[in-house]
Amino acid sequence: MTNTTEAAANSAGRAKLAMRTTANEVAVDIMSLNKWFGIFHVLRDVSLKVMRGERIVVCGPSGSGKSTLLRCVNRIEDWQQGRVIVDGVELTEDLKAIDEVRREVGMVFQQFNLFPHLSVLENCTLAPIRVRHMPRRTAEELARHYLARVRIPEQADKYPLQLSGGQQQRVAIARALCMHPKIMLFDEPTSALDPEMVKEVLDTMVGLAMDGMTMLVVSHEMGFARQVASRMVLMDAGQIVEINEPKTFFEHPQHERTRLFLSQILH
Amino acid sequence: MDTTFVRRELIAPLPPPLATRGMLGFARQRLFGSVLNTALTLLSLLLLIVVLPPLLRFLIIDAVWDGASRVDCLPETQGRPVGACWPFVAAKFRQFMYGFYPEAEQWRINVTYALGVILLVPLLIPRVPYKTWNAIAFFGLFPLVAFVLLVGDVLGLPHVETRLWGGMLVTLVITFTGIIGSLPLGVLLALGRASKLPVVRMLATIFIEFWRGVPLITVLFFATYMLPLFLPGNWRIDPMLRVLIGVVLFAGAYMAEVVRGGLQAVPRGQYEGATALGLGYWRMMGFVIMPQALKHVIPGIVNSFIALFKDTTLVLIVSIFDLLGQLRASFADPNWATPVTLFTGFAFAGIIYLVISFAMSRYALYTERRLDTGARR
Repeated sequence: MTNTTEAAANSAGRAKLAMRTTANEVAVDIMSLNKWFGIFHVLRDVSLKVMRGERIVVCGPSGSGKSTLLRCVNRIEDWQQGRVIVDGVELTEDLKAIDEVRREVGMVFQQFNLFPHLSVLENCTLAPIRVRHMPRRTAEELARHYLARVRIPEQADKYPLQLSGGQQQRVAIARALCMHPKIMLFDEPTSALDPEMVKEVLDTMVGLAMDGMTMLVVSHEMGFARQVASRMVLMDAGQIVEINEPKTFFEHPQHERTRLFLSQILH
Repeated sequence: MDTTFVRRELIAPLPPPLATRGMLGFARQRLFGSVLNTALTLLSLLLLIVVLPPLLRFLIIDAVWDGASRVDCLPETQGRPVGACWPFVAAKFRQFMYGFYPEAEQWRINVTYALGVILLVPLLIPRVPYKTWNAIAFFGLFPLVAFVLLVGDVLGLPHVETRLWGGMLVTLVITFTGIIGSLPLGVLLALGRASKLPVVRMLATIFIEFWRGVPLITVLFFATYMLPLFLPGNWRIDPMLRVLIGVVLFAGAYMAEVVRGGLQAVPRGQYEGATALGLGYWRMMGFVIMPQALKHVIPGIVNSFIALFKDTTLVLIVSIFDLLGQLRASFADPNWATPVTLFTGFAFAGIIYLVISFAMSRYALYTERRLDTGARR
């Protein structure tokens, strides 16, 4: 972000965003989470409190457990020790609680995971109709509203594989938004995209952040992180190494590992 | 020397060279593109020259079209070489279609067929609306109506025992029941085998492996001759019903493995995407996973259907006469004993099997193309 106008826009955005994080309700509370894949200790005593309206960006080397942590928040992965409370509901073996949480938590994947046999519109209306029992017409209006918001209203009747990667990822975001989630999880949303398409997806995410969405983002897009993150998290070897304000995180990282990591990815 | 280059004007797209387009291009590229291609093209032509003329001569040119008995189909009577003896098929046509179903009641079979066609055709044409109701009518209501019509004994319809059924009727009843029974059974078994619950998985696996491990003939034989020995005294199950159950379970086990293949082709991300949206197991399977899995294995499913259609003929060993059984029985008729009767009969049956199998295969291909939403590019 060397461009001065962008930097100006950034600081304006930041000022606007700062207003939003005043509420002190806890959206996600992760307490001493431990998880093993077989004998591999993938999450080691991870604790993280996400406040409502916060945008947390998690980064770290591959295999550090950041995606796994994210996937625990809607219990796509389960864990062996620790507690996760999402929006006041504790995730346990109780399927009802899990379903309740999943309805309120939207997720965007690295590989989009759109349903290739359904049109873009049907991708967006499936869950509202089948999970929320919304009438088809209402669901379609809702879907068109969010497709317009991610700026691809004209693609509604195409199939996902007819779209570019960036468009697919924006459909995935719209699909998640159609459930009116209180929290959005982003698992490396731009890692599978061609370089020219990264920006359109990030812009969409910045827009969401501006609207006050609680976001938990695993990403290495440091420009995006600087622009929207309320806090940065660095993970390594299954544990959280540093949690810090973006300014401190990028300019005066406290942990040696953070310094090393940033020196590797910021050129 | 120039080492830099900047394009000033974009090149507009041009049509491809003439030699790669149209009939000429097709012939050059696909038929005579290489030495091997040319050899195969010529070989195929040769094969057609060898096979087609005798076939046409037998079926059409030398065939006898009118006649009342075997005499008309003898070379001595005709004074020329004789091909197919179609009057034989005409004379036996009712028997081939209906078996020994009483003649006065045969209208019931025709009504059943007509009803089936009326319900099936709109179901097969994508543009016709009300697919859900149509499907309920065809898969749910139609079998019940067909059962009442064919078996009778209610609504003033005289009872027709299934041992009088035969010919095409039996072939279609077994095939139809097998198809609409085996697909849902196969889907459930495949889900069971892919289940996370060990007991469900084990039961499904045992069931599938058992039915796949036993030959269909054994199943039919057991169902017909052994099962009654194990059933308590006066408990009788209709022989046709026994066969139908056997066929459905047998075909269901095969279908399960086909569907399981399709399930394996659905990426994990699809499950995760559906789960993250809050869809539970059955909704995820019903709306997201199964449609994709089944789409992947349409060729395998149709393969099973066609195999089932032709396997129905095995019911002959338990004295149920399907089309082929009825045909073979008719060869014994001395009124129609000619040197060409056998060939005529088999040609007739072959044409029927070929037409129906080919139609199924073509429709499946059409469905595959229609459902292709760009997964393969």
